[in-house]
Amino acid sequence: MTSTQARPTTREVGPTELAPVVRRRRQRASAGDTAVTVGSHAVLVVWSLLVVVPLLWVIMSSFKTSTEIFASPFALPHRLRFDNYANAWTTAGIGSFFFNSIIVVFGALIITMLFGAMSAYVLARFQFPGNRVIYYLMLAGLTFPIFLAIVPLFFVLRSVGLLNTLPGLIITYAAFAFPFTVFFLYSFFRSLSKSIAEAAALDGAGEWRTFFSIMLPMARPGLATVAILNFVGLWNQFLLPVALNTNTDNYVLTQGMASFASQAGYSVDFGALFAAVVITVVPVLVVYLIFQRQLQGSVSQGTNK
Amino acid sequence: MTLVGQGAAPGLGAGPAGPSTPQPPSGGLRKLGSARWRRRNLTFDKISFFGVFLVVPLVLYIAFVVSPFVQAAYFSLTSWSGFSPEIPFVGLKNYVKLFGDDTFMKAVGNSVILALVLPTVTLGLAMFFATLVTVGGSSRGNVRGLAGSSAYRIVSFFPYVIPAIVIGLIWSQIYDPNSGILNGVLTRVGLDQFTSFPWLGEVSTARLAVMFVIVWGLVGFYMVLFIAAIKGIPAELFEAARVDGAGRFRTTVSITIPLVRDNIQTAYVYMGILALDAFVYMAALEPGGGPENTTLVMSQQLFTTAFTKGQFGYACAMGVVLAVITLAYAGLVFAVNRLTGGQNEVAE
Repeated sequence: MTSTQARPTTREVGPTELAPVVRRRRQRASAGDTAVTVGSHAVLVVWSLLVVVPLLWVIMSSFKTSTEIFASPFALPHRLRFDNYANAWTTAGIGSFFFNSIIVVFGALIITMLFGAMSAYVLARFQFPGNRVIYYLMLAGLTFPIFLAIVPLFFVLRSVGLLNTLPGLIITYAAFAFPFTVFFLYSFFRSLSKSIAEAAALDGAGEWRTFFSIMLPMARPGLATVAILNFVGLWNQFLLPVALNTNTDNYVLTQGMASFASQAGYSVDFGALFAAVVITVVPVLVVYLIFQRQLQGSVSQGTNK
Repeated sequence: MTLVGQGAAPGLGAGPAGPSTPQPPSGGLRKLGSARWRRRNLTFDKISFFGVFLVVPLVLYIAFVVSPFVQAAYFSLTSWSGFSPEIPFVGLKNYVKLFGDDTFMKAVGNSVILALVLPTVTLGLAMFFATLVTVGGSSRGNVRGLAGSSAYRIVSFFPYVIPAIVIGLIWSQIYDPNSGILNGVLTRVGLDQFTSFPWLGEVSTARLAVMFVIVWGLVGFYMVLFIAAIKGIPAELFEAARVDGAGRFRTTVSITIPLVRDNIQTAYVYMGILALDAFVYMAALEPGGGPENTTLVMSQQLFTTAFTKGQFGYACAMGVVLAVITLAYAGLVFAVNRLTGGQNEVAE
């Protein structure tokens, strides 16, 4: 295909089409090229500003008093004051919501990763009656909206005495993250060479040992990807805690933020609200900037399957 | 542990690396493995392994995920109020009531609008940005992206890691009629009609304002997805198209989009499911359903019916409707993709 006569698309006809790769750096960009490049940059810069400016504005406002906030959305704060942060952290309880979130998300993450990896491994490696049925059960759990389950779930948790408790939330989070974890790791374990597990069996390793000392370490890249995606998903979870965890002491960060915002509507401590938003966003931002390559890799890997 | 029919010495010293050369799993091997597995005795190792690895997680999964789904279907046929011991069976009465419920039908309409508009706008923008970033560079020489493209990628993706509820809260402040930065900017540039304009309180703007927030939060995510997909296309294809005289627009329409079709389909399904839910965004931006219920969505109505009014049977019927619409939406996406010329249109 490349050996047919080149019909250059650009206005300038030069020796480029003969040896495009070698010569490209020496070529001046054509006018059309420049226009497209400038246009592209302009579009993307505008979008980037749309993303960044609101966040900067939130940070700036978090240092202002309510009076200053109402006076002008632009004016810089008179001085750098951290009262809002103190108020948000203690008075509004963002601090304790934060720790609840950490407990719930990491608890659920450990359970779902362990169980998910184990089930995915069994489903991927062994053929047994019911294998397909289980697979379709997982698919159903992925497809149906959580909203369909939310009412019965409320009563399931109440009947086992876990409603409004952190353990109840942990189990529910883990259970709803489970099908995705299994799906992803299923294809991952499938792609691992079977002969390795068989070699382990030949060498006398039992099923437990084969899984924990050989298969699990080999699946580490897949596990990391799923763990990252689950973490983001669970950290942002809102419906489950709002419906199943109405005890204020056990609030997780997302629902705590929502309730704080609706309270702020009356007491009008907008400065503290902005500070609470910053407290929520900045740690994630730092982690994101450190791991952004892995995270974006995980996302495209996890969803383009 | 006994190994039937294998004369291998149980020397563990060599470890797993021993004689095995990595082999692609073939159908034959897999069958062999399963046959051998069945012939083996069920040792304690095996039974405990299956018990812990499959039965325990599965029981939890069924108890907390599968059974609530099934129960919801049943409860939707009852007029259960949740706290009474008896559960009166009413057949399809809830569904009949639903279709005469103006508020809920309004919510269905609103959700459907979101599901039709949001994926198209979000994915259109995401694809546009992804194309600019990956093939927007010089039209000569190697196909390459824009300079500084990774900076755009990092910035655009950032909203994805902010919890949706916080995104909603940030934007409700931005839209604030008096202290919000949006009206601040607009009045600063001389558009005085926007002084104290209530973006979220006006019938004409509430829906647009909310939709913009959702688009803002998700464009970067899908952009990253599409960038990864486009980078998976062999560069020769782009070069061949270019040699054949295709311009940028033509290349995008005839090469890029057909080749990332499956990714677009997946993205449409994800994005549609999200738009049919939209609960978090509404909880932050329009907890009351918006002016004249213009932004009221099914999920919100379900939540109020269940947890504020205590009509659990009725709420479950709403859940079933939501689930049916979600599945129908996914089916529609697959059907449209198939009808418009589906997979592998540009075979290599």
